Amino acid sequence: MSASRKQILVDPISKNNPVVVLMLGICSALAVTAQVKPALVMGISVTVVLAFSNVIISLLRNTIPNRIRIIVQLVVIAALVIIVEQILKAFAYDVWGQLSVFIGLIITNCILMGRLEAFALGNTPFDSFLDGIGNGLGYTAILLIVAIAREFLGSGSLMGYTVIPESFYEAGYMNNGLMILPPMALIVVGCIIWVHRSIDKDLQE
Amino acid sequence: METVNIFIRSIFVDNMVFAYFLGMCSYLAVSKTVKTSIGLGIAVTFVLVITLPINYLLDTYVLGPGALSWLSPELASMDLSFLSFILFIAIIASIVQIVEMVVEKFTPALYSQLGIFLPLIAVNCAILGGSLFMQQKSFDNIGQATTYGLGSGIGWLLAIVGIAAIREHMSYSKVPKPLRGLGITFIITGLMGIAFMGFMGIKF
Repeated sequence: MSASRKQILVDPISKNNPVVVLMLGICSALAVTAQVKPALVMGISVTVVLAFSNVIISLLRNTIPNRIRIIVQLVVIAALVIIVEQILKAFAYDVWGQLSVFIGLIITNCILMGRLEAFALGNTPFDSFLDGIGNGLGYTAILLIVAIAREFLGSGSLMGYTVIPESFYEAGYMNNGLMILPPMALIVVGCIIWVHRSIDKDLQE
Repeated sequence: METVNIFIRSIFVDNMVFAYFLGMCSYLAVSKTVKTSIGLGIAVTFVLVITLPINYLLDTYVLGPGALSWLSPELASMDLSFLSFILFIAIIASIVQIVEMVVEKFTPALYSQLGIFLPLIAVNCAILGGSLFMQQKSFDNIGQATTYGLGSGIGWLLAIVGIAAIREHMSYSKVPKPLRGLGITFIITGLMGIAFMGFMGIKF
């Protein structure tokens, strides 16, 4: 793989991370991060939809009239999201129930529109595919960090398995119930941005 | 009474921003000044109030399980609800387009104030989220669905105006460098969310 293609794939994971740097796709993301499992499924779903919609729009990029491109993009994304939703409903019913409306909200996830507009409309299908995978992985990484922090501190478990030993609880350790509540997701993301920007000083405002 | 309850709950308890993180992208990007955030908040409320009743009718008479039975009894076993994403987003995108044209034609002053925000609303998660939650909550009648739209819109307006006011004042305070801008906005939104949790359990 050439260096430029590798860059397309790797850049969005940290340096151009869609969530903490470009401020995209926060909408439907944070509500699913109280536990690791739904966050992982959500991340994979977004990566799949993003990669394939990037490819489709990239193939169509010379035929779509400029004026109606937004609605074409929305239709492509919505069709892919319906497929993902039906697959989840068939093979992972309990996770589908946990994610509920947030699967549908992948349609209005700003990462999708942002990448289609900024990348797929001007690049070849294979590059767009790599860009989709890279951005999806960047998004999944943030979701997983938030979810691991919240599930570990909030319920003392990871992926549903208890990891904090019983003796800790006997010694007086308590799970922090606040971590499960929605506002803490925002604060955890705020802290991730803090750490990320202390390391990468170019991003500071 | 049920309607009042839905209204109050959708503003304070099930707040779009603080409880479900919907519409966060424009919430973070536009909340730099109070004036523009009021404009965007009003536009979002407006579109929610128009799209929710339409999507409610669509859900009740076309998409839901057995909803087509008014057409002919044989269709009673049809369930088209898997199509709801694509139809809802199509309705929203076209309503936003129509609203934009109507506003431009009849109230040019408001149009120039809202400017670029109107077309962007089509991809605001709060609008599609409103429709999907409406579908999930299965309201009794169209009045309740409209009230839910109005309440959610006002809740979103409150949130964005609140954060914009805080951000305007924050330009005078000393924030650690890496936290400036995006980071501190997230943390303040979290704190506002904790404050809003005080409304939990409100009932009439």
